[in-house]
Amino acid sequence: MADTPANVDVAVNGVATQVPAGTTVAGLIERLGLRPELVAVEIGGALVPRARRSERVLAQGEAVEIVTLVGGG
Amino acid sequence: MSDTPRPADEDAATRDEPFVVAGHRFASRLLVGTGKYASFEETRLALELSGSDCVTVAVRRVNLDPRKGESLLDHIDRRRYTILPNTAGCFDAESAVRTAQLGRDLLDTPLVKLEVLGDEKTLLPDPVGTLEATRRLAADGFEVFVYTSDDPRLAVRLEEAGAVCVMPAGSPIGSGQGVLNPNAIRITRELVRVPIIVDAGVGTASDVCLAMELGVEGVLLNTAIAGADQPLRMAVAMRHAVVAGRQAFLAGRIGKRLHANASSPMDGRIAGADGGSPRR
Repeated sequence: MADTPANVDVAVNGVATQVPAGTTVAGLIERLGLRPELVAVEIGGALVPRARRSERVLAQGEAVEIVTLVGGG
Repeated sequence: MSDTPRPADEDAATRDEPFVVAGHRFASRLLVGTGKYASFEETRLALELSGSDCVTVAVRRVNLDPRKGESLLDHIDRRRYTILPNTAGCFDAESAVRTAQLGRDLLDTPLVKLEVLGDEKTLLPDPVGTLEATRRLAADGFEVFVYTSDDPRLAVRLEEAGAVCVMPAGSPIGSGQGVLNPNAIRITRELVRVPIIVDAGVGTASDVCLAMELGVEGVLLNTAIAGADQPLRMAVAMRHAVVAGRQAFLAGRIGKRLHANASSPMDGRIAGADGGSPRR
């Protein structure tokens, strides 16, 4: 059986980032020091609904977008 | 004895149907954007002074810098304001749909202000992408307030596609040119059954007033307040303007005539008041 890598490479808002294997979306939000109620998350262009954040595990090479609300017209 | 009308008289004189969009009732016919203010505090005050109870916000990447500050959401009381997330900055239907989904997840609201833009210079809406995104979002349960041009036939298509509110631009976003084609807005009002909110290009109070006098349900603006020399003062001006324009519309204005129609009676004038016989 191949060794499981200890870390996983993902892109967060376009920035290459490494997280421990098995990190969930909820875990990523916490690692980044973000307030969960103020953000929404997409992986590979698809929304990860709030209710699924704790179970959605980040996979190698995934592109994560974490957004919030800002001023706008 | 004061000649100021008692509140009851004013209430009776200004009775209006409630402003409702897709079952959401708004106390004010002015909707305000939250962009381009100098600070969160100025944003908060401007919103308050505008009298609006519906504000738009944009969806953007969160700042991952460890020295993050506060969030806009900390300064908008959701018990007071209905928040309408927009899809500003999207140039195709796909990204607009994704942005709407993010906004819905974040706010737990079905409301979205849909923008699908054609180019960065004019920020004019792309009609094809706008129609496609409206169809997709409406089918997915969104309540779509759709930003569009002042083309009345396109407005009809957007309503048919499921938009709950049509938002024709008066002129390009942030341009301050006001309502360039009032007749197009009036025709849109005739053809469309859902509420109409004039959105984009408003520059000052008279633009808001004029828009409301065309018979639309509301006006949405951002730059006109945020970019004014004194935003808070302009917020107050806009609050009055949206009411003045709406009441003037409901009041039924006089027609325009070529010649005069005297305001004071001609009967009973003293001798000689007409200077002999009336001049030709």
